[in-house]
Amino acid sequence: MKVYLSRRYHFSASHRLHSDAYTPEQNRAAYGKCNNPHGHGHNYVVRITVSGPVDPVTGMVCNLAELDGFVRRVICERFDHKNLNQDSAFEKLVPTTENLCREIHRVVKSGFAHVMLEDVRVDETSNNSFEYSERERHLISVCK
Amino acid sequence: MLLLTRKAEFSAAHYYYVDAWTPEENLRLFGKCANRNGHGHNYTLEVTVAGEVDPVSGFVMDLKALKDTMEREVVQVYDHRHLNLEVPEFRTALPTTENIAVAIWRRLQGKIHGARLHRVRVYEMPDLFADYYGEP
Repeated sequence: MKVYLSRRYHFSASHRLHSDAYTPEQNRAAYGKCNNPHGHGHNYVVRITVSGPVDPVTGMVCNLAELDGFVRRVICERFDHKNLNQDSAFEKLVPTTENLCREIHRVVKSGFAHVMLEDVRVDETSNNSFEYSERERHLISVCK
Repeated sequence: MLLLTRKAEFSAAHYYYVDAWTPEENLRLFGKCANRNGHGHNYTLEVTVAGEVDPVSGFVMDLKALKDTMEREVVQVYDHRHLNLEVPEFRTALPTTENIAVAIWRRLQGKIHGARLHRVRVYEMPDLFADYYGEP
C-alpha cells in the first residue's frame, strides 16, 4: 500500500526580487513592489510530501521525528529570520518562491534519500503557492 | 472528469506502542505518542470522488449520499472512541495517520455509488496529513 504523508513547516524570511540582467525599469516592470530595494518579508509555509509503503510494524511511511528533525535543521534553521538574498543558493538566482521551492526540493531529495520525495509546496502568502513535483499529475490534489 | 471533496471531522484517542519492543525502543521511535494512557486529536477527513457531471442534475454524485456514507461508515465508528481499543482494524495495526487513511479507504470502498473513490485524506492536525489513493 503506497501512502502519501504530508507535513507542513513554517519559517519567516525577507527577500527582494531583482535581476542584475534587467534594467531598473525592467526590474520594476517584472517584480513591481517586490523590487523595493529595502526588501520585504513573508511567513512561508513549506509542505513536504513523501510516499512509500506503510511499515507493517510502525504503521508509518517514514519516521516523522527524523523527517521533522531533518527539515527543521536544514530548511527552517537555514531560512528562518534570514534574508534569502544572502543565502548561497541565491547568489546568482532571484529568490522567487519558485526558486525557493526548487532549492528546498533539491536539499530534501538529496539529504533525506531513504524515502520517496513526491512533492514540495511553498506558500508565500495565503494567496500564492508554488509546487515542485515529480509526481504524476493525476495524483495531484485539486484541493487545499 | 471532475473531483468532488467532502469533509468530515471526528475526535478520537490513540497511542503508538509496539508490544514486542521494550519501553525504551517505543519511546525512542514514537516519543510522546508512546504514552500508554493515550492522547487524542481532532481529525479531519476529506473524501474525494471522481466522476462525470450529470448533464441534468449538474452533480457528480448525490453529496448527501456521500455525507451519509462517511457518517455511517467512519464517523460513527471512530468519533469519541479510543482507536486502539475500540476500533477492530487497529487491534493489529497501529492507528497512525497512514493506517487510518488506508482503513477509511477500505471502509468506504464499494459503498460509494455514482462516482469513483479517488482519494482519502486524513489530517491528524493542520500540519500533518496522509493521502491514500487505493494504490497497492
